[in-house]
Amino acid sequence: MSNSKILMDTEAVESLVDIMAGKIWTLLNEREISNPLMIGIRTGGVWLAEMLHRELGLEESLGTLDISFYRDDFTRIGMNPEVHPSDLPIPVDDRHIILIDDVLHTGRTIRAALNEIFDYGRPASIILATLVDRSGRELPIQPDIIALHPELEQDQHITLIGPDPLGLVIGSKTNRNSRGDEQGKDA
Amino acid sequence: MSHSNRTLQLDKERRLLHFLTIDGLGKEILTEILDTSEGFTGVSERTIKKVPLCRGKVVANLFFENSTRTRTTFELAAKRLSADVLNLNIGASAASKGETLLDTLHNLEAMHVDMFIVRHASSGAAHFIAQHADRGVGVINAGDGRHAHPTQAMLDMFTIRRHKGEFVGLRVAIVGDILHSRVARSQILALNTLGVSEVRVVAPRTLLPSDARSLGVHVYHDMEEGVRDVDVIIMLRLQKERMQGTLLPSEHEYFSLFGLTERRLALADSEAIVMHPGPINRGVEMDSMVADGAHSVILQQVSYGIAIRMAVISMVIGTQNLHMQEIAG
Repeated sequence: MSNSKILMDTEAVESLVDIMAGKIWTLLNEREISNPLMIGIRTGGVWLAEMLHRELGLEESLGTLDISFYRDDFTRIGMNPEVHPSDLPIPVDDRHIILIDDVLHTGRTIRAALNEIFDYGRPASIILATLVDRSGRELPIQPDIIALHPELEQDQHITLIGPDPLGLVIGSKTNRNSRGDEQGKDA
Repeated sequence: MSHSNRTLQLDKERRLLHFLTIDGLGKEILTEILDTSEGFTGVSERTIKKVPLCRGKVVANLFFENSTRTRTTFELAAKRLSADVLNLNIGASAASKGETLLDTLHNLEAMHVDMFIVRHASSGAAHFIAQHADRGVGVINAGDGRHAHPTQAMLDMFTIRRHKGEFVGLRVAIVGDILHSRVARSQILALNTLGVSEVRVVAPRTLLPSDARSLGVHVYHDMEEGVRDVDVIIMLRLQKERMQGTLLPSEHEYFSLFGLTERRLALADSEAIVMHPGPINRGVEMDSMVADGAHSVILQQVSYGIAIRMAVISMVIGTQNLHMQEIAG
């Protein structure tokens, strides 16, 4: 990663997470949703989801998704060598879901995550909450909740690093190697 | 041999191009196969037991030798990756084998098959096909002669890792017909590559290769001594046809000398697991009480076999795709 600099430190990220939690709380009340299932997308989305899950005091255990098997660029970059199992603790059928990701960029990660969730069952609804919403969308996917909307040049990238300490890093685009080590960051 | 196996199976960035034998593959790639399989284990428990990874790909099960279980798990693995599967049971024909094999191969390639999964009675058949296959076509060895059965070995490694966590410090005993067993050969290579402390083979002298010790194993002819304090016992299937020759006296006598009974199992570590590649000859390799007992993980091996095969199929198809992209520029 070249020319990277810290945009936000742990404390700043935590206050963004507080903002997300407040907005999620309000939206759940508006829609009269109780007992939602929160799902974090690996890797950054899981770190955030763990914090939000605690802060909101949700009853159902946290779910995690690894979307490696649903990526649309498998034929171009091959298998992600660091894939983890997805883990949804309860059936998603008729369940209200809060999907958490760190950076929403092209929308392709969310497309993959939605497809994966539907292979587990038919949820009642899905709310998408992301820490950062940046420009560069390639699919018609919009978040319900965002905490930060930075103005970025096309060749700039923004990445959540962590889990300890958490931070938001901004820099010019890295060269992806062919093993896809930057997978999941082109959200 | 190790070097040529490595260059045929791995590309310059050490990605899997074909999966033919454990020989020549390092700890890193074997661990990558195990880790990738871990990701696939949950797929069988979902409402939709499929992921879209290999959608639009055609996988041909090329079985020159019968094997219901192996063929079925490969078929299920490919289908869970959303690939289309062709099942071809081709009895070994009397015609010149090389020519027949190549003709079959080229005919299937004309149908744009992306992968061959090969089971053959002759050692080296899968290598031969990998060497002659079109660019972009991956080959997986599903058992060739007495040579190798690498996916069986990897599902056994996966089962061991799931139960024991790590390989370092483990003592593993492989019991039975080592001489004719491609499974044992692949297991020994995998166990040593992954760094277990001790691999033992337990067998009568007639069912051991003369150079057994050169495989990196400790040799035992006494079952009680062989399984004492081990963490893992792998029982091999005794091929019935071996009984007809002079290699073995009788099933009854084999069981009395090398069969796994509860009494013998009690000599192993108290947390020991018992494995078998299946199908079991009850009362020949092991007592039913052991096969169905608390230490047995035999049915889990079958389930894990699907995850391992999904991992290997997707890794090979992924690498072959990449290479075709690079050629296309």
